[in-house]
Amino acid sequence: MALTFLRGIQLNPSMLYPSSYFARKHGVLYCCMRSAQTQTATQEKEQTKLKVSTQSQPKAVDKFLKDFEAVIGIETHVQLSTLTKAFCSCPYNYGSPPNTSVCPVCMGLPGALPVLNSKVIESAVRVGLALNCKLSLNSKFDRKQYFYPDLPKGYQISQFDIPIASGGYLDVDLPLEYGGGHRKFGITRVHMEEDAGKLLHTDGGSYSQVDLNRAGVPLLEIVSEPDMTTGIEAAEYAAELQRLVRYLGVGNGNMQEGSLRCDVNISVRPIGQLEFGTKVEIKNLNSFSSMSRAIDYEISRQVELHNQGQIDQIVQETRLWEEGAQKTVTMRKKEGLADYRYFPEPDLPGVSLTEEYVNSIRESLPELPEDKRRRYEKMGLSMQDVLFLANDINIADFFDTTTAGGADIKLAANWIMGDIAAYMKNEKVNINEIKLTPQELGELIASIKDETISGKIGKEILFELIAKGGTVKGLIKEKDLVQIVDTVEIEKMVDKVIADSPKQLEQYRGGKTKLQGYFAGQVMKESKGKANPKLLNKILLEKLNAKS
Amino acid sequence: MLSSVQTPRLLRFQSFTLKCLHTHPTTTPPPPHSQILTIRKSLLSREISAVDLAGTFLNRLRNTEPQLKSFLYVSDVVLKEAEEIDRKIAENEELGPLAGVLVGVKDNICTSDMPSTAGSKILENYRPPFDATAVGKMKKCGAIVIGKTNMDEFGMGSTTEGSGYQVTANPWDLSRVPGGSSGGSAAAVSARQCMVSLGSDTGGSVRQPASFCGVVGLKPTYGRVSRYGLVAYASSLDVIGCFGSSVTDAAILLHAISGHDKFDATSSKKEVPDFASQFIARNHLDSKPLKGLRVGLIRETIEGGVDPDVISSIRGAASHLEELGCTVTEVSLPSFSLGLPAYYILASSESSSNLSRYDGIRYGKQVFADELNSLYGESRAGGLGSEVKMRILMGTYALSAGYYDAYYKRAQQVRTLVRESFRAALDENDILISPAAPSAAYKIGEKKNDPLSMYAGDIMTVNVNLAGLPALVLPCGFVDSSSVALPVGVQMISAAFEEEKLLKVGHIFEQTLQGCSFIPPLVADELGC
Repeated sequence: MALTFLRGIQLNPSMLYPSSYFARKHGVLYCCMRSAQTQTATQEKEQTKLKVSTQSQPKAVDKFLKDFEAVIGIETHVQLSTLTKAFCSCPYNYGSPPNTSVCPVCMGLPGALPVLNSKVIESAVRVGLALNCKLSLNSKFDRKQYFYPDLPKGYQISQFDIPIASGGYLDVDLPLEYGGGHRKFGITRVHMEEDAGKLLHTDGGSYSQVDLNRAGVPLLEIVSEPDMTTGIEAAEYAAELQRLVRYLGVGNGNMQEGSLRCDVNISVRPIGQLEFGTKVEIKNLNSFSSMSRAIDYEISRQVELHNQGQIDQIVQETRLWEEGAQKTVTMRKKEGLADYRYFPEPDLPGVSLTEEYVNSIRESLPELPEDKRRRYEKMGLSMQDVLFLANDINIADFFDTTTAGGADIKLAANWIMGDIAAYMKNEKVNINEIKLTPQELGELIASIKDETISGKIGKEILFELIAKGGTVKGLIKEKDLVQIVDTVEIEKMVDKVIADSPKQLEQYRGGKTKLQGYFAGQVMKESKGKANPKLLNKILLEKLNAKS
Repeated sequence: MLSSVQTPRLLRFQSFTLKCLHTHPTTTPPPPHSQILTIRKSLLSREISAVDLAGTFLNRLRNTEPQLKSFLYVSDVVLKEAEEIDRKIAENEELGPLAGVLVGVKDNICTSDMPSTAGSKILENYRPPFDATAVGKMKKCGAIVIGKTNMDEFGMGSTTEGSGYQVTANPWDLSRVPGGSSGGSAAAVSARQCMVSLGSDTGGSVRQPASFCGVVGLKPTYGRVSRYGLVAYASSLDVIGCFGSSVTDAAILLHAISGHDKFDATSSKKEVPDFASQFIARNHLDSKPLKGLRVGLIRETIEGGVDPDVISSIRGAASHLEELGCTVTEVSLPSFSLGLPAYYILASSESSSNLSRYDGIRYGKQVFADELNSLYGESRAGGLGSEVKMRILMGTYALSAGYYDAYYKRAQQVRTLVRESFRAALDENDILISPAAPSAAYKIGEKKNDPLSMYAGDIMTVNVNLAGLPALVLPCGFVDSSSVALPVGVQMISAAFEEEKLLKVGHIFEQTLQGCSFIPPLVADELGC
């Protein structure tokens, strides 16, 4: 329990005198980690694949694994990106200097009262509907009580016995590199609550500081049924939740920033056994890959204990995933059932939803990842393409806008997954940051298809469009790139090249027909790459083979 | 002690059929007048300046405070604020309805420029960065906050002996308690240390001290006044209330502080009537001004366990109402006796949660320790008083797993019953009346070691909080103690958001109650009564 052994708690001096607080702003005392990186499940999966293979698993366990099955359930906290906090009008921006986004309400000052931000309800209803849940038209808030320095009121406003949504499911398509397949994981409940602040342990742990910027930020807690059996399934469930949150626009789902946090409950049992084994909770999972690896490690650990006849060593506890050591370690043993003394929050009226309100939100839902994947599948795209495009809402939007303009589906997919994706990877940018618009990609595809420009030129101007922007038509005109389809003009160029290369011509006619490539290249060069390659080759061959 | 040398100039009811005037037929004192309206007239006509007025009150406060100890903090900018009022008058600027009115504010109501400790050592020297909504509204109306009044720590108590700082005395008899928890606010108005004051009422904390100190005490409907800035004791029961020396003053003050507040989700959007504008001057009243008003006297409040002198005062008030044209009948509230235990479970449960924030981390008393739990334990052990600790323990117990259903949930069910029985009684009656407390003010120390007996004293008032209804306590008579007469108040209860009706009835009652003056001997001479 390292976290609770503190020499003393210190706060910015201003917080001891709240009346003076609002007059002053404080400098940053410490650096906050900032990460602009967004994760797509695909990127994560690549990592997973790489790191799983480097993991040192006890070899002896592998052959026993098949005799056991794991039961995995996940509790996910999703931070909602509402403009203001759940119960006050403070904004929240990750990485702001400590205690600069606080007010009497989120600091828990005496006399301050919470007032619910209605956007929180809206987000919860959106997520509840997207998770196919049943909504509680009459729910309420409750107080969950415990003492901790990052919890200013001594209780967390949460929902206890009547969550806003319950009894749903989430559809997941597993990645092909893990065998693929479709899964449906049950959702037990979705409820609204507020986040706590953060403790910053400094100076070798001699004291700690409290940053309350995050206190009062709205969260949705999403609890799954214990339906997952492997690390990959669990990681994909979490990735799908992240996708859903982003598709719905209710949060950024960023794991490094803590906007999406997963706690995993895991137990193993011999196949055929009905009752569950003792469950262990794992925390500190900062990425989908660490989630997957932590679970696989934990399964191995528990199976090994089974096989060594040490089932009693599997105890109800919370374990931490240690990224460096690639293993889980005990954080705290079971402390008896924590009694949070929940009771209805008297400062907030009950939450009542009307059918009309719920219906209006249902109608405003965007196409969800599962629907998108099924639609792409029906469009004739391969599962590989489907997953790539649908995994990232921004890429999917780009693709949808491109094809909505009439662009060829397969070609659009290929351009996006090929050159555009490569560019984004090299430059570490996302698709919204490139200068190319979906309209221009459609224009580019059309220009190649109608032979206005060659594929080669298309590729060249693509990079220009991505990096600098502009229009396809403009670039073609500016650089005079229109493909030459005039036979006479090409004939002239062919004649010139043949006339300039008497030696090669002789060799060609002497049987070295491979030299056709040389001639084609020269003509293309002569045309500055603009000659229609089919026409060029046709004319070239005619001329080369003509007996003169 | 002043009380020991002065004889009471007014005597209690001889029996419920007699009025005060029967014992003093020659020196009938005038009925209470509105200090707010009187000073407004004087200020506007330039008969007196706001600075002089403030000076008079500050002097009286200084003279009486050593005996009363009703204030925890006295503002040092009163005269400066009064000067500003005078400047406005001189320049013919518009004056707010409370311009120059000196208000005492209970110390659990946040004021941005003064300490707000809720009577607790754990908040010693704590100054909030904001004004409670009610305080802000009063200030906007031109009121001057004269200081912060003493109270039982966090509102937990019925005597003000539970303050972490000092014990307030009852202006009628300095050896007695002023009641509580808003004892400081009641005593300050009674002793004319301020014109009106704000209190808070969770289970009777405005009404019982109003009765003990002989002033008007108004507990509004739950939700009528914003709780933003009121240090929470039991959130579902807490309301900010008003003290005045007349019904008009209480009505004007309530009007100033009422209304929806976007910072309190439980505040009501109901329209706020101008309560005092409907009041009719005494000389314009007809002989039966309350003709047709149905009054229910709650039977359970005039039975055993209640001081017989109190019962006769209330019966006297009932017959006064009859004389005014009301029909008075006894009504029974079958769930009445269940209210007290239900109240103590609910209030303690909520308080155990509300007081969790006093952990020594962000503000208030912090005891440095090597380990977190010691920091919590020692900060709270040193900062919170014994009554508060007891209620936190009771509330924690009642909310614990395995006990929740038997205590908290059961108490909530009782609360529903109480609400329903009030609804039934108020369907049949326009208002209900009862004593405000089972006895008049008792001796300091008398119940200090007998919390159950102190809790039992709340029997008359807690049900009203459970039902969220408004109630008005008016001085209606006296009981004899060994040396002096002590005031007794009658409680009038109406349906939710019917303060207008309550205040109208109260105003007529007060203006027609003859022969009684509720100015305590301590300051009566100075005031020329």
